[in-house]
Amino acid sequence: MSTSTRTVITGIGVATPSGLGIDDFWAATRVGKNAIGRVTHFDPTSYPSRLAGEIRHFAAEELLPSRLIPQTDRMTRLALVAADWAFADAGIKPGDIPEFDMGVVTASTSGGFEFGQNELKKLWSQGSQYVSAYQSFAWFYAVNSGQISIRNGMRGPSGVVVSDHAGGLDAIAQARRQIRKGSKVIFSGGFDASICTWGWVAQIAGGRMSTSDDPDRAFLPFDADADGYVPGEGGALLVLEDELTARERGARTVYGEIAGYGSTFDPKPGSGREPGLRRAIEVALADAGVETGEVDVVFADAAGTPRLDREEADAINAVFGRHGVPVTAPKTMTGRLYSGAAPVDVVSAVLAIREGLIPPTVNVEPSPEYGIDLVTAQPRSASVRTALVLARGHGGYNSAVVVRAVD
Amino acid sequence: MSERKFTFDALKRILREGAGADEGVDLDGDILDADFEELGYESLALLETGGRIEREYGISLDDDIFTDHRTPRALVAAVNELLKDNTVSAA
Repeated sequence: MSTSTRTVITGIGVATPSGLGIDDFWAATRVGKNAIGRVTHFDPTSYPSRLAGEIRHFAAEELLPSRLIPQTDRMTRLALVAADWAFADAGIKPGDIPEFDMGVVTASTSGGFEFGQNELKKLWSQGSQYVSAYQSFAWFYAVNSGQISIRNGMRGPSGVVVSDHAGGLDAIAQARRQIRKGSKVIFSGGFDASICTWGWVAQIAGGRMSTSDDPDRAFLPFDADADGYVPGEGGALLVLEDELTARERGARTVYGEIAGYGSTFDPKPGSGREPGLRRAIEVALADAGVETGEVDVVFADAAGTPRLDREEADAINAVFGRHGVPVTAPKTMTGRLYSGAAPVDVVSAVLAIREGLIPPTVNVEPSPEYGIDLVTAQPRSASVRTALVLARGHGGYNSAVVVRAVD
Repeated sequence: MSERKFTFDALKRILREGAGADEGVDLDGDILDADFEELGYESLALLETGGRIEREYGISLDDDIFTDHRTPRALVAAVNELLKDNTVSAA
């Protein structure tokens, strides 16, 4: 093991309401195209929340073998297709690298809700003998890692992290640990896709979903009118490898480096103690050896509820000073993607580095009381070398990752 | 009541619906004597297939039906034996 090992991103597979694949995703994201709309996966009329960021035109049957269709939830199909794209983007094929040198570490928030919903319906309406044998694993948090591993012969260190939105960064950090221990390639990221009635009521019960019917006024983090979030579906997978391995095999793109990571847990509610996000940021910056002045942009968690927005702004300001760093939340275009959100933000971060352009936060009129320099309405041209990605999970999880340009 | 038959075509349909077909395997090819495992069906796929046959034909298969009958020809014959027994006992 070499302590100088750098973990770099050499491939991307992304599927979000903004686009399928890097080009479509970035073309929409860089200009701030809103992908939020009324739910179409089911009729939302009778529910208190009716907007979502949905992925349209995803034809899993055309993209995956028929053996995989009866045994996979929508989130797994998205993850499997994204894995194919990530391989292609990295310029490697399953089998190019010894199977025990490649692993898969993903995050999951919900598991396969839609698959589970369909099987539960059969259980109630027809009886237990009608429940698919594949329900045994299709709902399971670790299933995306497992299916990607099986399909592509990746038998190295693998696993799943379940810590809501923070998990997307926690998985990337776990992948980096495995690369430091000697794995050559780890696929990492997260996918969730629970826009089905069962997933919907589970989320509504959390009490933080927007009840607006206006796609341009529903998810407004850091706005005085913020009143909840809009859920979305999708995520991203990153091909992570040790920089030397990448150079030796002649990787065609090195998007950037996972330079630092920090995670903390919030103190007990009501304790009056400071939430953990500031410390997570400081730990990540220290881990990367980055001074606050070197950070060119912060991709915010952007919860969209006043208390959480306040906590996040306070943490950012405590580290960088008021208006001390550009902050953006492209997830205002897609809704919150759960385990997929932060990996998608890491993708945006490396594409921002590549283009020299910070994608905007759409629809938001930032409230001056937060004191943050939010990039709104228009993308901002900027030399981006170092980006900080933040993610917070329901229940007190805080994670931060520093992404840095690699020359 | 006329005797109900389980056909090879019905098995192929149930396999496709319940578990799909492996890339590189042509279920319409010469597979009557191929091992289910060779055809790409692991134990869970066979469990699902067995469950679908049970539901559709109103029969109960032994837990080891697929270990005792490892090819489409053997399985079709075994299921038809069961159907015949059922018809006889119902008569």
